[in-house]
Amino acid sequence: MKKIFLLYIYICFAGHLFAQATIYPAAQQAESIRIDGATIHIGNGETITNGSVVFDKGVITYVGDVQGAPSSAKVINATGKQLFPGFIAPNTNLGLVEIEAVKATVDFAEIGENNAHVRSIVAYNTDSKVIPTIKFNGILLAQTTPRGGLISGSSSIVQLDAWNWEDAAYKIDDGIHVHWPALNTNRFRFMSDGQIAEAKKQIEVRKTSLLSFVKEAKAYAVNSSDNTVTNARLAAFNKVLDGSSNLYVHVESAKDIRDAVLTFTDLGLKPVLVGASEAHLALDLLKQHDIAVILKQTHRLPSKEDEDVSLPYKQANMLYEAGVLFAFAVDGFWEQRNLPFMAGTAVAYGLPYEEAVKSLSLNTAKILGIDKQTGSIEVGKDANFIVTIGDALDMGGNKLIHAFIQGRNTEVNSLHKQLYDRYNHKYAQ
Amino acid sequence: MTKKHLLALFLSFICIISLKAQESYPVNGSKDERPRLFALINATIITGNGNTIQDGTILINKDKLDYVGKNIKVPESYVVYDAKGKYIYPSFIDLYSTYGIEQASSGARASWGAPQVFETQKEGAYAWNEAIRSENKAYKVFSADHKSAENLHSFGFGAVQTIAYDGIVRGSASLVSLSKERENMIIISPESSVNYSFNKGSSRNSYPSSIMGSVALLRQTYYDADWYSTQSDEFNISLREFKRLQKLTQVFETSGLTDYYRINRLQDEFGVKYLIKANGEEYKRLDFVKSMNSPLIVPLNFPKAPKVDNPMEASALSLSQLKHWELAPSNPSQLETQGFTFAITSAGISKSTDFWKNLRLSIAHGLTEEQALKSLTSIPAKLIGVEHLLGSLDKGKIANLLVVDQPIFNPNAQILENWVQGNQYILKSDIVNISGSYQVGSDKLEIEGKPPYKATYNGKAVRLTQEGSHVWIHPNDGNLLSIEAYIASRDPFVLQGHQLKENGETSPWKAIQTGSKTSSPQEKSKEVDLNLGDIVYPFNGYGYTQIPSAQTTLFKNVKVWTNEAEGVLEQADVLIEKGKIKAIGTNLKAPAQAVVVEGEGKHLTPGIIDEHSHLALESWNEAAQAVSAEVRMLDAVNPEDINIYRQLAGGVTSSHLLHGSANPIGGQSQLIKLRWGETPEGLKYNNTHKSIKFALGENVKQSSRSSTGNRFPQTRMGVEQVFEDAFTRAYEYKKAKSKKSVQFRKDLELEAIVEILDGERDITCHSYVQSEINMLLELSDKMNFKINTFTHGLEAYKLADKIVERGISVGTFADWWGYKYEVIEATPFNASLLNQQNVLVAINSDDQEMGRRLNQEAAKMIKYGNTSEEDALKMVTLNPAKMLHIDDKVGSIKVGKDADLVLWSDNPLSIYAVAEQTYIEGVKYWDVQENEEKQNQMALEKARLLKKLLRTQTPKQN
Repeated sequence: MKKIFLLYIYICFAGHLFAQATIYPAAQQAESIRIDGATIHIGNGETITNGSVVFDKGVITYVGDVQGAPSSAKVINATGKQLFPGFIAPNTNLGLVEIEAVKATVDFAEIGENNAHVRSIVAYNTDSKVIPTIKFNGILLAQTTPRGGLISGSSSIVQLDAWNWEDAAYKIDDGIHVHWPALNTNRFRFMSDGQIAEAKKQIEVRKTSLLSFVKEAKAYAVNSSDNTVTNARLAAFNKVLDGSSNLYVHVESAKDIRDAVLTFTDLGLKPVLVGASEAHLALDLLKQHDIAVILKQTHRLPSKEDEDVSLPYKQANMLYEAGVLFAFAVDGFWEQRNLPFMAGTAVAYGLPYEEAVKSLSLNTAKILGIDKQTGSIEVGKDANFIVTIGDALDMGGNKLIHAFIQGRNTEVNSLHKQLYDRYNHKYAQ
Repeated sequence: MTKKHLLALFLSFICIISLKAQESYPVNGSKDERPRLFALINATIITGNGNTIQDGTILINKDKLDYVGKNIKVPESYVVYDAKGKYIYPSFIDLYSTYGIEQASSGARASWGAPQVFETQKEGAYAWNEAIRSENKAYKVFSADHKSAENLHSFGFGAVQTIAYDGIVRGSASLVSLSKERENMIIISPESSVNYSFNKGSSRNSYPSSIMGSVALLRQTYYDADWYSTQSDEFNISLREFKRLQKLTQVFETSGLTDYYRINRLQDEFGVKYLIKANGEEYKRLDFVKSMNSPLIVPLNFPKAPKVDNPMEASALSLSQLKHWELAPSNPSQLETQGFTFAITSAGISKSTDFWKNLRLSIAHGLTEEQALKSLTSIPAKLIGVEHLLGSLDKGKIANLLVVDQPIFNPNAQILENWVQGNQYILKSDIVNISGSYQVGSDKLEIEGKPPYKATYNGKAVRLTQEGSHVWIHPNDGNLLSIEAYIASRDPFVLQGHQLKENGETSPWKAIQTGSKTSSPQEKSKEVDLNLGDIVYPFNGYGYTQIPSAQTTLFKNVKVWTNEAEGVLEQADVLIEKGKIKAIGTNLKAPAQAVVVEGEGKHLTPGIIDEHSHLALESWNEAAQAVSAEVRMLDAVNPEDINIYRQLAGGVTSSHLLHGSANPIGGQSQLIKLRWGETPEGLKYNNTHKSIKFALGENVKQSSRSSTGNRFPQTRMGVEQVFEDAFTRAYEYKKAKSKKSVQFRKDLELEAIVEILDGERDITCHSYVQSEINMLLELSDKMNFKINTFTHGLEAYKLADKIVERGISVGTFADWWGYKYEVIEATPFNASLLNQQNVLVAINSDDQEMGRRLNQEAAKMIKYGNTSEEDALKMVTLNPAKMLHIDDKVGSIKVGKDADLVLWSDNPLSIYAVAEQTYIEGVKYWDVQENEEKQNQMALEKARLLKKLLRTQTPKQN
């Protein structure tokens, strides 16, 4: 019976997977291209009105006014249009899950508490139907991130137009994700003193286990030639210790933020905080230790009854005003298509517009460690950008005309658009 | 049990310590029956019926009071106790006790994913549902527990009503005395009341799985009990007992404020009047509780002071928790001020010291001592109809009385004796007070107060201990040696004994009283800070001290999105008055006292209507049966939900509260207006179409269960049959009902489905894939019922032609997918495509986060499918109004319609729009600036409360 059921799921699936088989990853950039006339949001806070961007072999070669632009093999007129760096979605499950409720499609959380050695990149499914729907809204790069346990494993950064994961890889193993053990104080009112004490004890046990692991990893790295046993988890953490990968620490409350930052800085590590829904209560500390934050989804409810109704919308600006480096983010996978609107809402609640764009592009690239290659429309960087008819941070304006990734003119289409076309066809019959 | 019978029972032998022999019981050895005639004399008697007798006498004959007064010579056959200087009260009565009854644990309930249980597992001719336990009788399972009885004596109780707290209908309770005798002798009233709750307890039935299911089950039981007595086909112990017990006092337990709303509806529907077991939150909605006109049994288990020593954990405390901590002790006094009839119970308190602490705290908060006494004596007796036996000290009543060393509510009062059924239980031996000034040779001894005394020897503090006639004096330092003495004579006191010397020798010691007793220094009762915060509606930081009212308001020079033929008016004025839109135009004159809102650069739209919401609900799935048309979402509405306020901040004015999608036929929906601060009844959108939730697909076939479910249906094939069967039965029911037979059984489930057939109840059907939508379309044609709305309808775009042909509307998400298999061909172009095909379409939330950004969700249709801005706005305003058949009142800005309006900072379809003001029928419920002020107030109030808490938690200074 179970087999028949699985077979059924498989058949349904197989049928649907081919539904978008006509959306092809784009070919390499064959000739130099110049885009003229758009308002260019560079991604570093500046704009150029009526500007030009020239790019060749996947790399930007000119950014400036139209008058000074060199000639190119192909010219695209984008007068009245807007040009943004491709948005980068940090902390996503993209490509690691197709349908949340169908276990067979879920690949983002390995069993066990410590999975420092697992790597998301190998499970990243470039054929996920979700990916084109994300790119459809201007997201060109994503951090595909494992979840669960105390140490979830390594994330990687991928570009969203690829035949396979090796092609998609933009930066492999960009960081290891740690979930700071946290008490749910909102539950306290339902708990007895004894239960609270027990919960606190459990948290301490988990913290100790995390810290011992980091200390052992340090010792393991120093004495690598003397190690009598080989340990994949300890070895995997070396890339964090030598600075080639980030340490992402998922943490929420102000108290835990304080604990996590002080603990890791004591160990000589500089964490990137992920979530940090109470980061606004720890601004001094974040500033003092130069800690960056990947924000919790802006479109969320306040976490406490008394909290300012609009706090989640205002938080980005609070971090900006305090000078804390941050990037916008959204929970999940298909939800990533709403990433630009998180930034838009933050603008409605005080964040300067170009700062909002920056926290979807250059700031994100800086935090993820890919700002040398991408994140802004600057000479020498990859030609990762979008051209839209209007304001990409607003629902009405977020309509893409072009999406270039590494200079490749990718198709702006998705299963969703195809279904729309299919039924328009039906009703026109 | 007749009075005569009772008397016969009590005409029996008594021994205070051991068990008393009973008339019908054999005796082992010689019979030892005694006269049991006692007199308490020279006491101050507080009779409990309003009289106080100085130097009074009480005569006890066996278990009864023979005389209470002052003009009697005690016959010589009586054993006399001199109670000079003491106070005598009737013993207390607790109407909500667990004494002597082993309570069921509710741990028997099956875990999630376990097979569902459809019928009772209990053997015998009982009700189908184990939560209906009308057959339970406390007197059958009562087992006197003398250790607990002793504990209750120290509270002051002489009799308690004991209850088996299990199930929704809990059967009958018994009033028992706390005399330490056999059960046969102490059951005063075997069936003193019948008890109810909304908690299914240890029942193994899956139904009910929700609060509205609990209410529905009780409703149906009332109807079934009526039907039962008209028929002869079925024998049912539970229904028979249910009917029989109706003549008793009906006690209903509440566990929170919202239970009152539910109980109120039951009282109205069935003409019953409950005695309500309160929960301590009554003060939060005093007016409403008062309007129910029900007596209460009020507990004193006030919340413990939350710990605030760690400021970061203290920040997790909500203002509502802190305020409740502060205000809960004022609950009893507020009830008294409002003229409630209420008894006081010790329920929730296990130690007598805690009970007395909280009782005195209530008195410090304004509860009068007279009320406190009545609420513990005469009122409880009357509430369960035993005022002829208990509750005051009157001739003929049961001899339950307290002997106290001083007025009982004094801070240091001690209950010395608790007499129960004429049996004396000594709690504290009465120690002779030896306080006074003494001369010891040339030394001076001062003894102050009462045990433990404060004593000084030549001005130095010493430790003085008294045990009966024995006295010890010990040094606090090494300079004075120990003395042991006894009270050698009284008036004046002489203490005589020995002093122990360092060398081990003893020398005689004698102290003679020279000065009269020093009055015991009134021990300062711990100061109670009576500076209390305001009660707010709802009871949280964003509540109002005063419910706001409608204001005449003129919006000037604002961009008006009318949703009417006029379209968008640039720079117009809109006047609202008495909750309605009075005028739309230019250069409108502001009437006197009108508030003028400058709208330059701003946008005014109709209020947002969320067609699919689970806002403000305590539960939303009655999942135990495939059909639960009998449950009403109104029964689960909690008006305190903070998310109501958050929705207002997003411009939402109405929400359609739907049952979940756990079964094919869910429950009856409730449309509300977000009148923040009102009760559920006040939130109700009145005079609208009734509606009901249907559901198709994965949820109803239980796809997310880890193991295969056992509830029909498990496939989409079965889903069709559930509907076909439900409508078939509804047709049969309608026919049977029309015959008006006496034996007709009213079935609330089928009543609701018949309303669908009669066109009185609209169907909102949760749906995903086109095959299931097509199925229901075809079935509705075949069985002749109308579908109002497909909600979600993620593949509705595939059947737009068939849907529009039948005049059905669709309420859908803007862009959700990816969360389950059946959304595999969902597309965010759905709403635009349907709109293009002339289907009436709305964007809804099904989620409180999305609910407060529905303008943004609607704006996504501009991106996905090029819907115009005006059409997009209609998808969250006029279109849902049409679906809900309220578009004659709301949904557009038109003269005469309700003033449900939102003032936006920007184009409402833009991501930059902030709802600045939200009005419902002219009442401003949200104002972005006033909200800032509110938050400042909240911070101040929280700081005040935390300070107060810290003061109470300062370590005691010795």
